[in-house]
Amino acid sequence: MSPRPDPSGQPAVITGLGVISSCGAQVETFWQSLLQGRSGISQLERIDTEGLRTTFGGEVKDFAPERYMPAQEARRMDRFAHFAVAAARMAMHDAGFAVTPEEAFRVGVVLGTGIGGMETLVDQLQVLQERGARRVSPYFIPMMIANMAGGQVSMALGARGPCTTLQTACASASNAIGDALRLIQRGDADVVICGGTEAPFTKLAVAGFGSAHTLSTRNDDPTKASRPFEAGRDGFVMAEGAAMLVIESAAHARARGAKAYAQLAGYAMTADAAHITAPAPDGLGRVYGMRQAVADAGLELGDIGYINAHGTSTPVNDRDESQVIKRLFGPAAPPVSSTKSVTGHLLGAAGAIEAVACALALNRGILPPTINYEVPDPDCDLDYVPNVPRRASIHAALSNSFGFGGQNAILTFTAAPQDMHRSEPAAEYPGFVAPDKPEKADQV
Amino acid sequence: MEAQEILAKVQDAVRSTLKTEGKEIKLEARLTEDLGGDSLDMLELIMALEERFGIEVPDEDSEAIHTVRDVVEYVKARLQESN
Repeated sequence: MSPRPDPSGQPAVITGLGVISSCGAQVETFWQSLLQGRSGISQLERIDTEGLRTTFGGEVKDFAPERYMPAQEARRMDRFAHFAVAAARMAMHDAGFAVTPEEAFRVGVVLGTGIGGMETLVDQLQVLQERGARRVSPYFIPMMIANMAGGQVSMALGARGPCTTLQTACASASNAIGDALRLIQRGDADVVICGGTEAPFTKLAVAGFGSAHTLSTRNDDPTKASRPFEAGRDGFVMAEGAAMLVIESAAHARARGAKAYAQLAGYAMTADAAHITAPAPDGLGRVYGMRQAVADAGLELGDIGYINAHGTSTPVNDRDESQVIKRLFGPAAPPVSSTKSVTGHLLGAAGAIEAVACALALNRGILPPTINYEVPDPDCDLDYVPNVPRRASIHAALSNSFGFGGQNAILTFTAAPQDMHRSEPAAEYPGFVAPDKPEKADQV
Repeated sequence: MEAQEILAKVQDAVRSTLKTEGKEIKLEARLTEDLGGDSLDMLELIMALEERFGIEVPDEDSEAIHTVRDVVEYVKARLQESN
């Protein structure tokens, strides 16, 4: 185990949160859904499900992009960018922070997404096939390319520091948050808006995941379909949405009197180098990654009081993840839960919504449960915080994210420094008000 | 096609492609300076005109279009040609 790259680097604190999800489009609503086991999974309404093996998912109903950005700008963005901008504005509002021209180059954006503008891609392919090449929109490329997640957020907020969007499938958002931590530690930025976004609900994507037999097919009982670590699990449940965190150097946060939910303390990433979708049989990539993330935070294994699992509800992942946790932690493994039981699997945004869950778990001293836990699986024999939340005064938590391609990203969170502890709930996002919006239509 | 109908269709095309922000689309309005059209918006506007009026607009023609009046006159001329 090597120490973190720069032990003298700045600690990073989490001062703002934003969530757009099927089980809540405000942070506190989302948190209550986790605690009360209010599933966000339902029959899909945005796409025609005829012929699909799976007809349900975590769909964000009644999402109105113009609540978060000018309608004219929203028209030129794919849904994955809408979610990103919405959650980023919410997180900035919660942090009580706005980018000023003076510090714009010290504010970064690092986002993850698994796919990009899939809906735009499918729509424009149809235009090409039905109406010809000259009818393909000039906005097709800038709406579809994955890096528009970061690009659009930087434009919406006026953040002019480092700006990247990265892709490691279902580990994307955790990699983004980890890379954001490094920017703070290295002193490359004072504030970074980081997280992930995903809008995968096209018939093509659901068909593709379905053909790979990765999705639950419990079509007659959607809210019970995501059952991580449970004997009856039969695949993951796709979900859409975004989650964002405002992280900043503790010095920057203190200087402006900001409070923090938690500290972002450690990060590690490894590759299995084994198989495109299955975890490596030797488990070493995941074991080494978790151990390194703990060490990166300057902690010992025994300091970890909670693990937010990758816990997808696929037979293979949950068995493997349970085994690698046992292997690393031994009989003293901490409680493990999968909030995907409530949210579904947000793919490239999963690590971000789970980072929000970890930050709130540390902030509130409550572990969110794994719901739909009825029949234990003998291969998964850890404490999964079944069905009901648990009070627990913890000081450190891990969040696992494992992507197709064998790409593993693990984050370590610790309690906020005592003088910065945030006792206020997350701010309700009031909706976007355009600056200098004309009172009445201009005469031109 | 009546002149009034052409104007209404042009205004609708402009409204759906440029960043008009609820502004009134007058004949003398400049597409870029007054109605917020950037280079991609202009391409989208040309495509919308092609669709709505069933015409083809070569790139060199589009370069001469700057105002709503230019659009209306251009469309009228093209429709007359094809009659």
